[in-house]
Amino acid sequence: MLELQNINKIFNKGTPNAKQAINNLSLHLEPGDFVSIIGSNGAGKSTVFNAIGGSFWLDSGHILLEKEDITFLPEHKRAKKIGRLFQDPLRGTAPNMTIEENLALVYLRANKNRSIFGITNKDKDFFRSKLAELNLGLEDRLKSKVGLLSGGQRQALTLLMATMVTPKLLLLDEHTAALDPATADKVLELTNKIVATDNITTMMITHNIASALSMGNRTIMMNNGQIILDISGAERQKSTVQDLLALFKEKSQTALDDDRILLT
Amino acid sequence: MSFTLLQGTLEQGLIYSLVALGLFLSFRILNIADLTVDGAFTLGCAVSAVTTLAGHPFGGLGLALAAGALAGLVTALLQTKMKVQPILAGIITMTALYSINLMIMGNRANLPLLKCDTIYSLAAPYLPAGYNKLIVAALIVAVVLLLLYLFLKSGTGLAVRATGDNPDLVRSSSINPSLTITIGLCLANAMVALSGAMLAQYQLFSEITTGTGMVVIGLASLIMGEAIVGRGNMARCLFSTLLGSIIYRLVIAIAITTSLAASNLKLISAIIVAISISWPAIKEKIEFIKLKQASRK
Repeated sequence: MLELQNINKIFNKGTPNAKQAINNLSLHLEPGDFVSIIGSNGAGKSTVFNAIGGSFWLDSGHILLEKEDITFLPEHKRAKKIGRLFQDPLRGTAPNMTIEENLALVYLRANKNRSIFGITNKDKDFFRSKLAELNLGLEDRLKSKVGLLSGGQRQALTLLMATMVTPKLLLLDEHTAALDPATADKVLELTNKIVATDNITTMMITHNIASALSMGNRTIMMNNGQIILDISGAERQKSTVQDLLALFKEKSQTALDDDRILLT
Repeated sequence: MSFTLLQGTLEQGLIYSLVALGLFLSFRILNIADLTVDGAFTLGCAVSAVTTLAGHPFGGLGLALAAGALAGLVTALLQTKMKVQPILAGIITMTALYSINLMIMGNRANLPLLKCDTIYSLAAPYLPAGYNKLIVAALIVAVVLLLLYLFLKSGTGLAVRATGDNPDLVRSSSINPSLTITIGLCLANAMVALSGAMLAQYQLFSEITTGTGMVVIGLASLIMGEAIVGRGNMARCLFSTLLGSIIYRLVIAIAITTSLAASNLKLISAIIVAISISWPAIKEKIEFIKLKQASRK
């Protein structure tokens, strides 16, 4: 499915600030895998996502998605197969456009027999049924500007937009971190539901070790641009938050310094 | 104000409304201050004048559209491929267009179109006497408005609109923002050039300085329309832009009849644009001062 082959990225190469953000990292994902990723600040979690999403070019190594080499494919072309959500709920939607226009932006692109007159009534019905699944009452507000929605509603809408045309790979970069706990739970629940329904291969960065263990089928821990722990199956089943913290200390020789992790 | 003057104002308002619509596309929708407009307007004038002199007034409109789109394309390529800052990219194209416009007009600063057939004179036999210019201008603007409205509602139009709103989203919708910026700037400058082409045949001459300050005039029209009608859905935005352009011409006509020197008009336009764009900042400052005073009591 997804194959990262010895990928490397050094930022500010050749300067005193040089930082090896990804260090010879390899990873293989099976179709339908749901991987949660944890690690301290600066471990390279988001950098790996940016590498997969195409925000920058790798120094070396290859990225294969469904056996296709996408290492040098521009970001907007990868977006056809990769859906992404970021921590900032404002990043995934256009505030001055209405809910239906935002949905149409992604939907009309993929829909081959679309009308030249834009959004049809059939499209609207489809949008309404999709929005109803979110259970946020957005199905009655197709004409509302997205800028008027709350952060949680916008993130739920972004999740819907990223998955309306089922992506091959879904990258979730702490997509609930900016939301209040109740809304975060709701968005996580929606994430689980959508990912399970469409069987989407998913990678999720989180600072919440409990949800890293409860969601998905595999957990990866990163440090200094490398994967230092990769557990799945029975081993993961019996792991607790304390186990992971201890394992992190043992593997990286430092305590997990991210206070957000320790507090949640 | 006499009826003839009012009719002339309406005619000009319609013709110039295409500049305001072009700026609506680049300034409001793409969020780019595109200074190509000054050059593209004169380009439309020049192309239309030369083609009309050759006996093809309608061909002049078509060629002006193409020339304007080309000008927009140059600016867009400078911005997206060469990473020139948007404002500078527009200035570069505008400067280059000055020479090109002179070249098109055969190195003459002024090209009269006396005794030529124009789109207005050719249509005259089929229309009520005296209203030919008004009806022709209104028809062209109506067609452009309709096409623009349909475009903005289409899938591509949505992508162009999202580009100014959130480029990240465009990229993640697997659309190249460079492409949407290019489409937007080409269309905007094509409309501006069409406006110039209609004006050249309307006033029966083309002049190299016609386009000077056109960005500010277009923005003033746009902003006045928004102030009166307000912003809302696309249909409302387009209508307010059209209305703003007509009102702007009306203000100018009143200024002229009250013996205000016509040369002051660009100064007035500049002041209107400067104040209306800086209005949020001014308002914030006033509120801050009020807040400070209230806390002292």
